[in-house]
Amino acid sequence: MTGPAPGWDLLFDLQQLLQFHFMQNALLTGTIVAVPAGAVGYFIVLRGQSFAAHTLSQVGFPGAAAGILVHTSPLAGLLAFCTASALGIGFLGRGLDAGRRGESAVIGTVLAFSLGLGLLFSRLYAGSAQGVYAFLFGTILGISDADVAITAAVAAAALAALGVMARPLLFGSVDPDVAQARGVPVRALSMAFLVLVALAVAQAVQIVGTLLVFALLVAPGAAALQLSARPWLGLGFSVALALLFTWAGLAVAYFTIYPVGFFVTTFAFGTYLALRVGRALLAARRLPAPA
Amino acid sequence: MTVLAIAPPTWDVVGDVRELLSYDFMRNAALAGTAIAVAAGLVGYFVVLRNQVFTSDALGHAAFTGGLGGLLAGLPLLVGVHAGTVATALGTGSLGGRSRGRDVATGTFFAWVLGLGVLFLALYTRGQSTANGVLGISVLFGSILGLQAAQTAVAVAASVATCLAVVAVCRPLLFSSIDPDVAAARGVPTRTISAIFLVLTAVTVAESVQAVGALLIFALMVAPAAAAQRLTARPYAGLVVSAALAVGFVWAALALAFWTPYPASFCITAIAFASLLVALLVERLRDRGRGAGP
Repeated sequence: MTGPAPGWDLLFDLQQLLQFHFMQNALLTGTIVAVPAGAVGYFIVLRGQSFAAHTLSQVGFPGAAAGILVHTSPLAGLLAFCTASALGIGFLGRGLDAGRRGESAVIGTVLAFSLGLGLLFSRLYAGSAQGVYAFLFGTILGISDADVAITAAVAAAALAALGVMARPLLFGSVDPDVAQARGVPVRALSMAFLVLVALAVAQAVQIVGTLLVFALLVAPGAAALQLSARPWLGLGFSVALALLFTWAGLAVAYFTIYPVGFFVTTFAFGTYLALRVGRALLAARRLPAPA
Repeated sequence: MTVLAIAPPTWDVVGDVRELLSYDFMRNAALAGTAIAVAAGLVGYFVVLRNQVFTSDALGHAAFTGGLGGLLAGLPLLVGVHAGTVATALGTGSLGGRSRGRDVATGTFFAWVLGLGVLFLALYTRGQSTANGVLGISVLFGSILGLQAAQTAVAVAASVATCLAVVAVCRPLLFSSIDPDVAAARGVPTRTISAIFLVLTAVTVAESVQAVGALLIFALMVAPAAAAQRLTARPYAGLVVSAALAVGFVWAALALAFWTPYPASFCITAIAFASLLVALLVERLRDRGRGAGP
Protein backbone atom coordinates (compact mmCIF):
# COMPACT_ATOMS: atom_id res chain seq x y z
CA MET A 1 0.00 0.00 0.00
CA THR A 2 1.48 3.34 -0.98
CA GLY A 3 -0.08 6.01 1.13
CA PRO A 4 0.92 9.58 1.67
CA ALA A 5 4.32 9.94 3.30
CA PRO A 6 5.36 12.76 5.58
CA GLY A 7 8.41 14.81 4.72
CA TRP A 8 10.35 17.62 6.40
CA ASP A 9 8.27 20.23 4.60
CA LEU A 10 5.65 20.79 7.27
CA LEU A 11 3.45 22.99 5.11
CA PHE A 12 3.25 20.33 2.43
CA ASP A 13 2.52 17.70 5.08
CA LEU A 14 -0.36 19.78 6.34
CA GLN A 15 -1.70 20.14 2.83
CA GLN A 16 -1.56 16.37 2.41
CA LEU A 17 -3.32 15.92 5.70
CA LEU A 18 -6.17 18.20 4.74
CA GLN A 19 -6.47 16.88 1.22
CA PHE A 20 -9.47 14.65 1.86
CA HIS A 21 -12.86 15.60 3.18
CA PHE A 22 -12.99 12.75 5.71
CA MET A 23 -9.73 13.95 7.19
CA GLN A 24 -10.96 17.54 7.40
CA ASN A 25 -14.01 16.28 9.29
CA ALA A 26 -11.88 14.09 11.54
CA LEU A 27 -9.51 16.93 12.44
CA LEU A 28 -12.36 19.35 12.95
CA THR A 29 -14.23 16.90 15.19
CA GLY A 30 -11.03 16.00 17.00
CA THR A 31 -10.39 19.66 17.77
CA ILE A 32 -13.95 20.30 18.88
CA VAL A 33 -13.95 17.19 21.04
CA ALA A 34 -10.57 17.70 22.67
CA VAL A 35 -11.41 21.06 24.25
CA PRO A 36 -14.32 19.88 26.44
CA ALA A 37 -12.52 16.57 27.04
CA GLY A 38 -9.49 18.37 28.43
CA ALA A 39 -11.54 20.82 30.49
CA VAL A 40 -13.93 18.23 31.92
CA GLY A 41 -11.09 15.76 32.38
CA TYR A 42 -9.24 18.20 34.64
CA PHE A 43 -12.19 18.31 37.00
CA ILE A 44 -12.62 14.52 36.78
CA VAL A 45 -9.10 13.99 38.08
CA LEU A 46 -9.47 16.75 40.66
CA ARG A 47 -12.68 15.18 41.98
CA GLY A 48 -11.32 11.63 41.83
CA GLN A 49 -14.15 10.50 39.57
CA SER A 50 -12.11 8.71 36.96
CA PHE A 51 -14.07 5.55 37.58
CA ALA A 52 -17.35 7.28 36.78
CA ALA A 53 -15.77 8.40 33.50
CA HIS A 54 -14.79 4.79 32.79
CA THR A 55 -18.34 3.59 33.45
CA LEU A 56 -19.90 6.25 31.25
CA SER A 57 -17.56 5.50 28.38
CA GLN A 58 -18.47 1.81 28.38
CA VAL A 59 -22.16 2.63 28.37
CA GLY A 60 -21.48 4.52 25.18
CA PHE A 61 -21.02 1.28 23.25
CA PRO A 62 -24.63 0.01 23.51
CA GLY A 63 -25.68 3.63 22.98
CA ALA A 64 -23.94 3.91 19.65
CA ALA A 65 -25.17 0.48 18.55
CA ALA A 66 -28.73 1.32 19.58
CA GLY A 67 -28.53 4.58 17.66
CA ILE A 68 -27.80 2.66 14.48
CA LEU A 69 -30.41 0.03 15.28
CA VAL A 70 -33.20 2.61 15.37
CA HIS A 71 -31.80 4.35 12.29
CA THR A 72 -30.58 7.53 13.84
CA SER A 73 -26.99 8.64 14.05
CA PRO A 74 -24.77 6.70 16.49
CA LEU A 75 -23.94 10.08 18.01
CA ALA A 76 -27.59 10.53 19.03
CA GLY A 77 -27.58 7.12 20.74
CA LEU A 78 -24.31 7.93 22.46
CA LEU A 79 -25.60 11.22 23.80
CA ALA A 80 -28.86 9.66 25.01
CA PHE A 81 -27.30 6.63 26.73
CA CYS A 82 -24.44 8.53 28.34
CA THR A 83 -26.68 11.29 29.68
CA ALA A 84 -29.24 8.81 31.01
CA SER A 85 -26.64 6.75 32.82
CA ALA A 86 -24.97 9.89 34.19
CA LEU A 87 -28.30 10.80 35.78
CA GLY A 88 -28.66 7.21 37.03
CA ILE A 89 -25.20 7.26 38.62
CA GLY A 90 -25.93 10.65 40.12
CA PHE A 91 -29.10 9.38 41.80
CA LEU A 92 -27.84 5.97 42.91
CA GLY A 93 -24.10 6.26 43.22
CA ARG A 94 -23.47 7.88 46.55
CA GLY A 95 -20.28 5.90 46.85
CA LEU A 96 -19.32 5.06 43.30
CA ASP A 97 -15.78 6.12 43.95
CA ALA A 98 -15.76 5.18 47.59
CA GLY A 99 -14.48 1.73 46.72
CA ARG A 100 -16.79 -0.46 48.74
CA ARG A 101 -16.26 -4.12 48.09
CA GLY A 102 -19.82 -5.06 47.18
CA GLU A 103 -20.37 -2.03 45.00
CA SER A 104 -17.41 -2.52 42.74
CA ALA A 105 -18.70 -6.04 42.03
CA VAL A 106 -22.15 -4.68 41.21
CA ILE A 107 -20.74 -1.98 38.96
CA GLY A 108 -18.55 -4.54 37.22
CA THR A 109 -21.56 -6.69 36.49
CA VAL A 110 -23.52 -3.73 35.14
CA LEU A 111 -20.56 -2.84 32.92
CA ALA A 112 -20.34 -6.36 31.54
CA PHE A 113 -24.07 -6.34 30.89
CA SER A 114 -23.94 -3.02 29.07
CA LEU A 115 -21.11 -4.23 26.82
CA GLY A 116 -23.04 -7.45 26.18
CA LEU A 117 -26.06 -5.35 25.29
CA GLY A 118 -23.95 -3.43 22.78
CA LEU A 119 -22.91 -6.73 21.21
CA LEU A 120 -26.56 -7.78 21.01
CA PHE A 121 -27.66 -4.52 19.38
CA SER A 122 -24.96 -4.70 16.76
CA ARG A 123 -25.85 -8.35 15.99
CA LEU A 124 -29.53 -7.47 15.70
CA TYR A 125 -28.62 -4.79 13.24
CA ALA A 126 -26.46 -7.36 11.48
CA GLY A 127 -23.76 -4.72 11.44
CA SER A 128 -20.30 -5.64 10.29
CA ALA A 129 -17.61 -6.55 12.79
CA GLN A 130 -15.74 -3.59 11.33
CA GLY A 131 -18.48 -1.25 12.50
CA VAL A 132 -18.49 -2.66 16.04
CA TYR A 133 -14.75 -2.36 16.04
CA ALA A 134 -14.96 1.31 15.08
CA PHE A 135 -17.19 2.07 18.08
CA LEU A 136 -14.84 0.28 20.43
CA PHE A 137 -11.56 1.70 19.22
CA GLY A 138 -12.46 4.75 17.19
CA THR A 139 -11.94 5.61 13.58
CA ILE A 140 -10.94 8.56 11.48
CA LEU A 141 -13.29 7.55 8.73
CA GLY A 142 -16.98 8.14 8.44
CA ILE A 143 -17.65 11.24 10.51
CA SER A 144 -20.41 12.94 8.57
CA ASP A 145 -20.97 16.68 8.15
CA ALA A 146 -24.11 16.42 10.25
CA ASP A 147 -22.14 14.75 13.07
CA VAL A 148 -19.61 17.59 12.98
CA ALA A 149 -22.40 20.13 13.34
CA ILE A 150 -24.05 18.28 16.27
CA THR A 151 -20.67 17.81 17.93
CA ALA A 152 -19.90 21.51 17.62
CA ALA A 153 -23.26 22.50 19.09
CA VAL A 154 -23.04 20.07 22.01
CA ALA A 155 -19.42 21.02 22.71
CA ALA A 156 -20.32 24.71 22.76
CA ALA A 157 -23.19 24.07 25.16
CA ALA A 158 -21.01 21.91 27.42
CA LEU A 159 -18.23 24.49 27.50
CA ALA A 160 -20.67 27.30 28.24
CA ALA A 161 -22.16 25.28 31.10
CA LEU A 162 -18.70 24.47 32.43
CA GLY A 163 -17.76 28.15 32.20
CA VAL A 164 -20.78 29.14 34.28
CA MET A 165 -20.20 26.56 36.98
CA ALA A 166 -16.39 26.44 36.92
CA ARG A 167 -15.82 28.56 40.03
CA PRO A 168 -18.32 26.90 42.38
CA LEU A 169 -17.39 23.50 40.93
CA LEU A 170 -13.74 24.11 41.69
CA PHE A 171 -14.65 25.17 45.22
CA GLY A 172 -16.91 22.15 45.67
CA SER A 173 -14.26 19.80 44.27
CA VAL A 174 -11.40 21.03 46.40
CA ASP A 175 -13.28 21.32 49.67
CA PRO A 176 -16.85 20.02 49.49
CA ASP A 177 -17.64 20.51 53.18
CA VAL A 178 -16.62 24.15 53.34
CA ALA A 179 -18.32 24.81 50.01
CA GLN A 180 -21.54 23.32 51.33
CA ALA A 181 -21.32 25.41 54.46
CA ARG A 182 -20.83 28.51 52.33
CA GLY A 183 -24.08 27.77 50.49
CA VAL A 184 -22.71 26.19 47.31
CA PRO A 185 -25.27 23.63 46.03
CA VAL A 186 -22.74 20.77 46.04
CA ARG A 187 -25.17 17.96 45.17
CA ALA A 188 -26.75 19.77 42.25
CA LEU A 189 -23.32 20.74 41.00
CA SER A 190 -22.00 17.20 41.04
CA MET A 191 -25.10 16.03 39.20
CA ALA A 192 -24.65 18.71 36.54
CA PHE A 193 -20.98 17.82 36.30
CA LEU A 194 -21.75 14.14 35.66
CA VAL A 195 -23.96 15.18 32.76
CA LEU A 196 -21.08 17.25 31.38
CA VAL A 197 -18.82 14.20 31.67
CA ALA A 198 -21.42 12.22 29.74
CA LEU A 199 -21.46 14.82 26.95
CA ALA A 200 -17.67 14.94 26.77
CA VAL A 201 -17.48 11.13 26.65
CA ALA A 202 -20.16 10.77 24.00
CA GLN A 203 -18.34 13.17 21.71
CA ALA A 204 -14.85 11.86 22.23
CA VAL A 205 -16.00 8.30 21.48
CA GLN A 206 -16.28 9.28 17.83
CA ILE A 207 -12.52 9.68 17.55
CA VAL A 208 -10.96 7.24 20.01
CA GLY A 209 -13.75 4.75 20.68
CA THR A 210 -15.49 3.72 23.89
CA LEU A 211 -12.66 1.58 25.25
CA LEU A 212 -9.92 4.16 24.82
CA VAL A 213 -11.77 7.36 25.67
CA PHE A 214 -10.46 7.06 29.23
CA ALA A 215 -6.99 7.99 28.02
CA LEU A 216 -8.12 11.15 26.23
CA LEU A 217 -10.34 12.22 29.10
CA VAL A 218 -8.20 11.50 32.14
CA ALA A 219 -4.56 11.58 31.03
CA PRO A 220 -4.47 15.31 30.08
CA GLY A 221 -6.01 16.27 33.42
CA ALA A 222 -3.67 14.00 35.34
CA ALA A 223 -0.66 15.36 33.45
CA ALA A 224 -1.80 18.95 34.00
CA LEU A 225 -2.02 18.35 37.75
CA GLN A 226 1.60 17.23 37.64
CA LEU A 227 2.58 20.41 35.81
CA SER A 228 0.86 23.03 37.89
CA ALA A 229 -0.95 23.25 41.19
CA ARG A 230 -2.73 26.45 40.16
CA PRO A 231 -6.23 25.55 38.99
CA TRP A 232 -6.75 27.93 36.05
CA LEU A 233 -3.29 27.29 34.66
CA GLY A 234 -3.84 23.55 35.09
CA LEU A 235 -7.14 23.77 33.25
CA GLY A 236 -5.34 25.48 30.37
CA PHE A 237 -2.60 22.84 30.31
CA SER A 238 -5.19 20.10 30.32
CA VAL A 239 -7.03 21.50 27.29
CA ALA A 240 -3.77 22.13 25.44
CA LEU A 241 -2.54 18.60 26.07
CA ALA A 242 -5.85 17.06 24.97
CA LEU A 243 -5.64 19.05 21.72
CA LEU A 244 -2.04 18.01 21.22
CA PHE A 245 -2.74 14.29 21.78
CA THR A 246 -5.67 14.36 19.37
CA TRP A 247 -3.89 16.26 16.59
CA ALA A 248 -0.74 14.20 16.87
CA GLY A 249 -2.72 10.96 17.02
CA LEU A 250 -4.80 11.82 13.97
CA ALA A 251 -1.80 12.99 11.94
CA VAL A 252 0.34 9.95 12.72
CA ALA A 253 -2.58 7.60 12.10
CA TYR A 254 -3.12 9.22 8.73
CA PHE A 255 0.45 8.83 7.56
CA THR A 256 0.82 5.29 8.85
CA ILE A 257 -2.06 2.89 8.34
CA TYR A 258 -2.41 2.06 11.99
CA PRO A 259 -5.39 2.81 14.23
CA VAL A 260 -5.78 6.31 15.66
CA GLY A 261 -6.79 4.96 19.08
CA PHE A 262 -3.38 3.42 19.58
CA PHE A 263 -1.54 6.66 18.90
CA VAL A 264 -3.78 8.84 21.04
CA THR A 265 -3.46 6.47 24.01
CA THR A 266 0.28 6.14 23.49
CA PHE A 267 0.87 9.89 23.44
CA ALA A 268 -1.39 10.35 26.45
CA PHE A 269 0.16 7.59 28.51
CA GLY A 270 3.69 8.48 27.42
CA THR A 271 3.30 12.13 28.39
CA TYR A 272 1.78 11.27 31.74
CA LEU A 273 4.53 8.77 32.46
CA ALA A 274 7.27 11.21 31.41
CA LEU A 275 5.87 13.92 33.70
CA ARG A 276 5.57 11.53 36.64
CA VAL A 277 9.13 10.29 36.18
CA GLY A 278 10.44 13.82 35.63
CA ARG A 279 8.84 15.05 38.82
CA ALA A 280 10.10 12.09 40.79
CA LEU A 281 13.64 12.75 39.54
CA LEU A 282 13.39 16.45 40.38
CA ALA A 283 12.12 15.67 43.86
CA ALA A 284 14.91 13.13 44.38
CA ARG A 285 17.55 15.68 43.40
CA ARG A 286 16.11 18.41 45.58
CA LEU A 287 15.91 16.28 48.68
CA PRO A 288 18.75 14.31 50.22
CA ALA A 289 18.31 10.58 49.76
CA PRO A 290 15.82 9.17 52.25
CA ALA A 291 17.29 7.09 55.03
CA MET B 1 -23.96 -16.77 9.68
CA THR B 2 -25.32 -20.20 8.87
CA VAL B 3 -28.88 -20.87 9.91
CA LEU B 4 -29.42 -24.36 11.29
CA ALA B 5 -32.78 -26.01 11.20
CA ILE B 6 -33.37 -26.26 14.93
CA ALA B 7 -36.58 -27.51 16.45
CA PRO B 8 -38.11 -25.00 18.88
CA PRO B 9 -37.94 -25.98 22.57
CA THR B 10 -40.78 -28.05 23.95
CA TRP B 11 -41.90 -28.84 27.48
CA ASP B 12 -40.08 -32.16 27.26
CA VAL B 13 -36.93 -31.00 29.05
CA VAL B 14 -35.02 -34.26 28.60
CA GLY B 15 -35.74 -34.24 24.89
CA ASP B 16 -34.70 -30.61 24.67
CA VAL B 17 -31.37 -31.29 26.33
CA ARG B 18 -30.83 -34.28 24.05
CA GLU B 19 -31.53 -32.07 21.04
CA LEU B 20 -29.16 -29.44 22.44
CA LEU B 21 -26.34 -31.90 22.90
CA SER B 22 -26.79 -33.59 19.54
CA TYR B 23 -24.59 -30.96 17.98
CA ASP B 24 -20.84 -31.19 18.20
CA PHE B 25 -20.30 -27.48 18.77
CA MET B 26 -22.85 -27.49 21.60
CA ARG B 27 -21.15 -30.43 23.31
CA ASN B 28 -17.81 -28.64 23.13
CA ALA B 29 -19.36 -25.43 24.40
CA ALA B 30 -21.14 -27.17 27.28
CA LEU B 31 -18.04 -29.08 28.34
CA ALA B 32 -15.63 -26.16 28.12
CA GLY B 33 -18.20 -23.76 29.53
CA THR B 34 -18.82 -25.93 32.59
CA ALA B 35 -15.14 -26.38 33.33
CA ILE B 36 -14.40 -22.67 32.89
CA ALA B 37 -17.42 -21.68 34.97
CA VAL B 38 -16.38 -23.82 37.97
CA ALA B 39 -12.90 -22.30 37.96
CA ALA B 40 -14.24 -18.78 37.43
CA GLY B 41 -16.79 -19.19 40.22
CA LEU B 42 -14.21 -20.42 42.73
CA VAL B 43 -11.51 -17.90 41.88
CA GLY B 44 -14.08 -15.12 41.50
CA TYR B 45 -15.28 -15.68 45.06
CA PHE B 46 -11.83 -14.82 46.36
CA VAL B 47 -11.48 -11.95 43.87
CA VAL B 48 -14.55 -10.29 45.37
CA LEU B 49 -13.56 -11.21 48.93
CA ARG B 50 -10.14 -9.63 48.45
CA ASN B 51 -11.61 -6.57 46.74
CA GLN B 52 -9.56 -7.19 43.60
CA VAL B 53 -12.45 -6.78 41.18
CA PHE B 54 -10.63 -4.32 38.98
CA THR B 55 -7.58 -6.50 38.78
CA SER B 56 -9.69 -8.96 36.83
CA ASP B 57 -10.77 -6.16 34.50
CA ALA B 58 -7.16 -5.14 33.96
CA LEU B 59 -6.20 -8.76 33.32
CA GLY B 60 -8.92 -8.91 30.68
CA HIS B 61 -7.28 -6.00 28.86
CA ALA B 62 -3.93 -7.74 29.13
CA ALA B 63 -5.48 -10.90 27.70
CA PHE B 64 -6.61 -9.05 24.59
CA THR B 65 -3.23 -7.49 23.95
CA GLY B 66 -1.32 -10.65 24.91
CA GLY B 67 -3.41 -12.83 22.63
CA LEU B 68 -3.00 -10.59 19.61
CA GLY B 69 0.67 -9.98 20.35
CA GLY B 70 1.11 -13.75 20.45
CA LEU B 71 -0.62 -14.18 17.10
CA LEU B 72 1.66 -11.51 15.69
CA ALA B 73 4.68 -13.48 16.95
CA GLY B 74 3.33 -16.64 15.38
CA LEU B 75 2.10 -18.28 18.59
CA PRO B 76 -1.36 -19.75 19.10
CA LEU B 77 -3.91 -17.32 20.53
CA LEU B 78 -4.25 -19.16 23.84
CA VAL B 79 -0.50 -19.11 24.51
CA GLY B 80 -0.41 -15.35 24.06
CA VAL B 81 -3.49 -14.86 26.22
CA HIS B 82 -1.98 -16.85 29.07
CA ALA B 83 1.41 -15.17 28.76
CA GLY B 84 -0.20 -11.72 28.75
CA THR B 85 -2.34 -12.28 31.83
CA VAL B 86 0.28 -14.12 33.90
CA ALA B 87 2.95 -11.52 33.12
CA THR B 88 0.56 -8.71 34.07
CA ALA B 89 -0.46 -10.50 37.25
CA LEU B 90 3.15 -10.96 38.33
CA GLY B 91 3.91 -7.35 37.32
CA THR B 92 1.08 -5.81 39.34
CA GLY B 93 1.82 -8.16 42.21
CA SER B 94 5.49 -7.18 42.40
CA LEU B 95 4.61 -3.49 42.21
CA GLY B 96 2.89 -4.12 45.49
CA GLY B 97 -0.48 -2.97 46.61
CA ARG B 98 -3.79 -3.89 45.10
CA SER B 99 -4.22 -2.42 41.69
CA ARG B 100 -7.54 -0.64 41.44
CA GLY B 101 -8.97 0.33 38.09
CA ARG B 102 -10.18 3.62 39.46
CA ASP B 103 -6.71 4.94 40.06
CA VAL B 104 -5.67 7.39 37.37
CA ALA B 105 -2.26 5.88 36.71
CA THR B 106 -3.44 2.28 36.38
CA GLY B 107 -6.50 3.36 34.43
CA THR B 108 -4.43 5.24 31.87
CA PHE B 109 -1.95 2.38 31.69
CA PHE B 110 -4.60 -0.22 30.94
CA ALA B 111 -6.29 2.01 28.38
CA TRP B 112 -2.91 2.15 26.69
CA VAL B 113 -2.58 -1.64 26.92
CA LEU B 114 -5.85 -1.95 24.99
CA GLY B 115 -4.58 0.58 22.48
CA LEU B 116 -1.49 -1.56 22.03
CA GLY B 117 -3.75 -4.55 21.38
CA VAL B 118 -5.45 -2.57 18.63
CA LEU B 119 -2.09 -1.90 17.04
CA PHE B 120 -1.17 -5.59 17.19
CA LEU B 121 -4.47 -6.46 15.58
CA ALA B 122 -3.86 -3.97 12.78
CA LEU B 123 -0.35 -5.33 12.24
CA TYR B 124 -1.55 -8.93 12.28
CA THR B 125 -4.42 -8.46 9.87
CA ARG B 126 -2.59 -6.08 7.58
CA GLY B 127 -3.96 -6.29 4.08
CA GLN B 128 -6.91 -8.53 4.96
CA SER B 129 -9.43 -5.90 5.90
CA THR B 130 -12.39 -8.20 6.56
CA ALA B 131 -10.52 -10.28 9.12
CA ASN B 132 -9.60 -7.13 11.04
CA GLY B 133 -12.76 -6.63 13.04
CA VAL B 134 -13.87 -10.27 13.21
CA LEU B 135 -10.84 -11.57 15.10
CA GLY B 136 -10.80 -8.59 17.45
CA ILE B 137 -14.47 -8.97 18.25
CA SER B 138 -14.16 -12.68 18.97
CA VAL B 139 -11.32 -12.06 21.44
CA LEU B 140 -13.18 -9.17 23.06
CA PHE B 141 -16.56 -10.83 23.29
CA GLY B 142 -15.72 -14.54 23.23
CA SER B 143 -16.90 -17.26 20.91
CA ILE B 144 -17.95 -20.18 23.05
CA LEU B 145 -20.02 -21.73 20.25
CA GLY B 146 -16.96 -21.81 17.99
CA LEU B 147 -14.67 -23.90 20.17
CA GLN B 148 -12.79 -26.79 18.59
CA ALA B 149 -12.25 -30.14 20.32
CA ALA B 150 -8.58 -29.35 21.04
CA GLN B 151 -9.43 -25.97 22.58
CA THR B 152 -12.07 -27.67 24.70
CA ALA B 153 -9.52 -30.17 25.98
CA VAL B 154 -7.10 -27.37 26.90
CA ALA B 155 -9.87 -25.44 28.64
CA VAL B 156 -10.94 -28.47 30.68
CA ALA B 157 -7.38 -29.37 31.67
CA ALA B 158 -6.51 -25.80 32.70
CA SER B 159 -9.74 -25.41 34.65
CA VAL B 160 -9.28 -28.69 36.52
CA ALA B 161 -5.73 -27.67 37.42
CA THR B 162 -6.96 -24.25 38.61
CA CYS B 163 -9.70 -25.80 40.74
CA LEU B 164 -7.26 -28.23 42.36
CA ALA B 165 -4.84 -25.39 43.10
CA VAL B 166 -7.63 -23.31 44.66
CA VAL B 167 -8.68 -26.23 46.85
CA ALA B 168 -5.06 -26.78 47.88
CA VAL B 169 -4.51 -23.17 49.03
CA CYS B 170 -8.10 -22.65 50.11
CA ARG B 171 -7.63 -22.47 53.91
CA PRO B 172 -4.60 -20.15 54.08
CA LEU B 173 -6.01 -18.07 51.22
CA LEU B 174 -9.28 -17.59 53.06
CA PHE B 175 -7.48 -16.71 56.29
CA SER B 176 -5.17 -14.19 54.65
CA SER B 177 -8.00 -12.66 52.59
CA ILE B 178 -10.22 -12.03 55.59
CA ASP B 179 -7.55 -10.86 58.03
CA PRO B 180 -4.14 -10.43 56.41
CA ASP B 181 -2.42 -9.04 59.52
CA VAL B 182 -3.47 -11.81 61.87
CA ALA B 183 -2.71 -14.41 59.18
CA ALA B 184 0.80 -13.01 58.75
CA ALA B 185 1.31 -12.98 62.51
CA ARG B 186 0.24 -16.63 62.70
CA GLY B 187 2.92 -17.57 60.18
CA VAL B 188 0.85 -17.78 57.01
CA PRO B 189 3.09 -16.76 54.06
CA THR B 190 0.64 -14.06 52.90
CA ARG B 191 2.91 -12.64 50.20
CA THR B 192 3.45 -16.01 48.57
CA ILE B 193 -0.23 -16.82 48.87
CA SER B 194 -1.29 -13.61 47.17
CA ALA B 195 1.24 -14.11 44.38
CA ILE B 196 -0.09 -17.64 43.80
CA PHE B 197 -3.62 -16.32 43.85
CA LEU B 198 -2.83 -13.62 41.26
CA VAL B 199 -1.42 -16.27 38.93
CA LEU B 200 -4.53 -18.40 39.43
CA THR B 201 -6.68 -15.37 38.61
CA ALA B 202 -4.61 -14.76 35.50
CA VAL B 203 -5.06 -18.33 34.26
CA THR B 204 -8.80 -18.18 34.95
CA VAL B 205 -9.16 -14.90 33.08
CA ALA B 206 -7.25 -16.39 30.15
CA GLU B 207 -9.64 -19.36 30.14
CA SER B 208 -12.71 -17.18 30.45
CA VAL B 209 -11.64 -15.18 27.40
CA GLN B 210 -12.71 -18.14 25.28
CA ALA B 211 -16.14 -18.26 26.84
CA VAL B 212 -17.14 -14.65 27.39
CA GLY B 213 -14.30 -12.63 25.89
CA ALA B 214 -11.82 -10.21 27.37
CA LEU B 215 -14.37 -7.48 28.06
CA LEU B 216 -17.08 -9.52 29.75
CA ILE B 217 -14.92 -11.28 32.36
CA PHE B 218 -16.94 -9.62 35.14
CA ALA B 219 -20.04 -11.55 34.18
CA LEU B 220 -18.49 -14.94 34.85
CA MET B 221 -15.95 -14.16 37.57
CA VAL B 222 -17.49 -11.42 39.65
CA ALA B 223 -21.26 -11.66 39.31
CA PRO B 224 -21.66 -15.23 40.70
CA ALA B 225 -19.38 -14.40 43.61
CA ALA B 226 -21.14 -11.13 44.36
CA ALA B 227 -24.49 -12.92 44.34
CA ALA B 228 -23.13 -15.76 46.50
CA GLN B 229 -21.86 -13.33 49.12
CA ARG B 230 -25.33 -11.84 49.41
CA LEU B 231 -26.93 -15.26 49.80
CA THR B 232 -24.65 -16.69 52.47
CA ALA B 233 -22.02 -15.32 54.82
CA ARG B 234 -20.34 -18.72 55.35
CA PRO B 235 -17.19 -18.90 53.20
CA TYR B 236 -17.26 -22.58 52.16
CA ALA B 237 -20.96 -22.49 51.37
CA GLY B 238 -20.32 -19.24 49.48
CA LEU B 239 -17.60 -20.87 47.40
CA VAL B 240 -19.89 -23.72 46.41
CA VAL B 241 -22.81 -21.39 45.66
CA SER B 242 -20.53 -19.16 43.57
CA ALA B 243 -19.28 -22.06 41.45
CA ALA B 244 -22.79 -23.49 41.10
CA LEU B 245 -24.18 -20.13 40.01
CA ALA B 246 -21.43 -19.69 37.42
CA VAL B 247 -22.19 -23.12 35.96
CA GLY B 248 -25.91 -22.33 36.02
CA PHE B 249 -25.29 -19.05 34.15
CA VAL B 250 -23.34 -20.81 31.42
CA TRP B 251 -25.86 -23.62 30.97
CA ALA B 252 -28.82 -21.27 30.88
CA ALA B 253 -27.01 -18.95 28.49
CA LEU B 254 -26.06 -21.80 26.17
CA ALA B 255 -29.67 -22.97 26.02
CA LEU B 256 -30.85 -19.41 25.44
CA ALA B 257 -28.29 -18.81 22.72
CA PHE B 258 -29.23 -22.13 21.10
CA TRP B 259 -32.89 -21.32 20.68
CA THR B 260 -32.75 -17.58 20.19
CA PRO B 261 -30.73 -15.55 17.71
CA TYR B 262 -28.90 -13.76 20.51
CA PRO B 263 -25.13 -14.08 20.96
CA ALA B 264 -24.05 -16.43 23.78
CA SER B 265 -21.86 -13.79 25.43
CA PHE B 266 -24.79 -11.44 25.68
CA CYS B 267 -26.91 -14.21 27.24
CA ILE B 268 -24.27 -14.86 29.91
CA THR B 269 -24.00 -11.20 30.84
CA ALA B 270 -27.79 -10.75 30.86
CA ILE B 271 -28.34 -13.78 33.12
CA ALA B 272 -25.50 -12.70 35.41
CA PHE B 273 -26.97 -9.21 35.67
CA ALA B 274 -30.50 -10.51 36.32
CA SER B 275 -29.41 -12.91 39.05
CA LEU B 276 -27.35 -10.23 40.77
CA LEU B 277 -30.47 -8.06 40.84
CA VAL B 278 -32.40 -10.97 42.38
CA ALA B 279 -29.66 -11.48 44.98
CA LEU B 280 -29.72 -7.77 45.87
CA LEU B 281 -33.49 -7.95 46.24
CA VAL B 282 -33.32 -11.07 48.42
CA GLU B 283 -30.74 -9.37 50.62
CA ARG B 284 -32.87 -6.28 51.02
CA LEU B 285 -36.02 -8.29 51.82
CA ARG B 286 -34.12 -10.34 54.38
CA ASP B 287 -32.70 -7.23 56.03
CA ARG B 288 -36.16 -5.74 56.20
CA GLY B 289 -37.55 -9.00 57.61
CA ARG B 290 -35.01 -8.80 60.40
CA GLY B 291 -35.94 -5.22 61.05
CA ALA B 292 -32.38 -4.19 60.30
CA GLY B 293 -33.33 -2.24 57.19
CA PRO B 294 -32.73 1.49 56.93
